[in-house]
Amino acid sequence: MSVTKPLTGAQATAEAMRQINPDVVVAYPITPQTPVVEFFSEFVANGIVDTETIPVESEHSAMSATVGAAAAGARAMCATSSQGLALMWEVVAATPGLRLPIVMPVVNRALSAPINIHCDHSDSMGAATIGWMQIFSENAQEAYENMFLALKIAEHPDVLLPAMVLQDGFITSHGVENVKVLGDGIVKAFVGDRNPDRYLLDVKHPYTIGPLALPDYYFEIKRQQEEAMINAKRVYLEVGNELSRLTGNKYPYFEEYRTDGAEAVIVVLSSAAGTAKDVVDELRNEGKKVGLIKPILFRPFPYKEMREALVKFAVVGVLDRSMSFGSYDPLYADIRNSLFESERKPKLQSYVFGLGGRDIFKSEIRQVFNELLSGNLDSEHHKYIGLRG
Amino acid sequence: MADKKGWKDLMRGGDLPAATSVQYKTGSWRSLRPVFDPSNCIHCMICVSYCPDMAIPTKKTDEGVTGKAGRVYKGIVRLETDFDYCKGCGICATECPTKCITMIREEETVESSSR
Repeated sequence: MSVTKPLTGAQATAEAMRQINPDVVVAYPITPQTPVVEFFSEFVANGIVDTETIPVESEHSAMSATVGAAAAGARAMCATSSQGLALMWEVVAATPGLRLPIVMPVVNRALSAPINIHCDHSDSMGAATIGWMQIFSENAQEAYENMFLALKIAEHPDVLLPAMVLQDGFITSHGVENVKVLGDGIVKAFVGDRNPDRYLLDVKHPYTIGPLALPDYYFEIKRQQEEAMINAKRVYLEVGNELSRLTGNKYPYFEEYRTDGAEAVIVVLSSAAGTAKDVVDELRNEGKKVGLIKPILFRPFPYKEMREALVKFAVVGVLDRSMSFGSYDPLYADIRNSLFESERKPKLQSYVFGLGGRDIFKSEIRQVFNELLSGNLDSEHHKYIGLRG
Repeated sequence: MADKKGWKDLMRGGDLPAATSVQYKTGSWRSLRPVFDPSNCIHCMICVSYCPDMAIPTKKTDEGVTGKAGRVYKGIVRLETDFDYCKGCGICATECPTKCITMIREEETVESSSR
C-alpha cells in the first residue's frame, strides 16, 4: 500500500502534489517554501505530471493566476511563506469570497521586520480571519497527508473554500524524515478529478464571477461563506475517516497525547508538539500527570470539542509561536474563548516562544510543566520562553 | 430590501447569470446629452468603437441612409444613441471627425428631443 521514503517536509508536500497531479501550479520562490515548487517543477520538467506550471513575477501575481485558473475550472495550487503571503494578501482575501477551492501549502516563517527567514507563525496567523481553512502539520508525514485532506474538504460541494496546509519553516520543511508515501493509484482514486458545478471555460453556460456587491448584497454573500466554514468542520471529519482507511492514521480536530488523568496540559501547534511529546513521556515516567494537546484544524476552530477536552484538566498552558500585539496571542485567544461557556474552567497560562526561529528546548518545556503544576499563573499576561531579560 | 433574495437563495459567492449589465440602465447617470446630427454623419463607426458602453446601436442597410452632403450611406450605419445606457461621457463628440455630435446639458433638452 505504501512505501517509506526519506523526504523533507517540502519534498513530502511536493510528493503529495505529484500524486494529486493538479491542472495548474503557479510558482514563485520564497524561503523556506521554495523547495516545494522547486521539487514539483522537476516533476513537471521530467514529464511525470500533466500540470502546467506558471512562473510569475510576484506572489500577488501567483495568487491572481491561481484564482484565474481555479475560476476557469482547473485544480490549481500555489505555495508560499511569510513575505510572500503578505504580498499576495489582497488576492488571498478575495479567494474565499469567490468560493474557489484552492489548496496552498504555507511553510511558516516569521514576518518582517526585522527580516528573518526562520520559523514562527506570524505569517499565517495574520490570515486566520479571512476565510481560509487552516490545517497545521507537526512533521513531514502530516504535511504530506494533510494535502489530500485539505483538497477533498476544499472541493466538497458543501464547502468550496480555500485551504492552507501549514508546516514549520526549516524545522519541518528542510529536515529529512521517513515518510510513508501512499501508492499513486490510491491517491488518484481518493482525490479524483475536480468537478466544479460551474466554471468560466464552460462557454455554453456563461455566468458572472466576482461582481460588485454593495450594502444590499455583500452581507448575504459573507453569510454564505460562514455557512461553508460551518460545513467544513463536519466535512473535515468525514474526509478524515475516508483518508484514515487508506493511511491507518487518525484525523481528529486536535491530537490528545497522554492526556488521560492529566492535571497539566500544554497546547502547542506544529513541530514544537513533537518536542513537547518527548517531555511528556519523560515527566510521565517520573510520575507527573502531564499531557499535550496539538490543534490540527485551526480554521474553522473546534471550540466545542476543545472545551470538552480542556475542562478535564486542572491547568492548561498555551504556547504560541507568534504574538497578536495588543491582544491575547492567537492560539491562546481561541483556547480562552473556547472555555467561556463552561462553568468549570482550568487555570490558564499563555506563553510565547520561538519567534524568528528561536529554538525551544526540552528543558524549557519541562520548566513550563513545572510552572503549570506549581499553580503560580496569571491568565491575563503571557510569559516568554527563551527570551533574554 | 425585503424584496431582495436572502443568503440561501443567492448564487454561491455572489455569482450572477451572464450579461446582467443589460438590465442596468446607466442612462440615469447622465448630466450631458449627445445630440446627433445625421445630416453631417459619414457613418465612419469611430463613435461606435469608442463608446465605452456600447450605447450607439448600428444596423445593416441595403437601401442606405442619407448623411453628410446628402450622400447615401449603405452597409453598416449608426443609429440614434441608446439613452437607456448612454452616460453622457462625451467621448463620441470628442472623437467624431465631422463634429456631428454636440453635448448639451440635460436640463437644456427640449421636450421634442428623443428619449
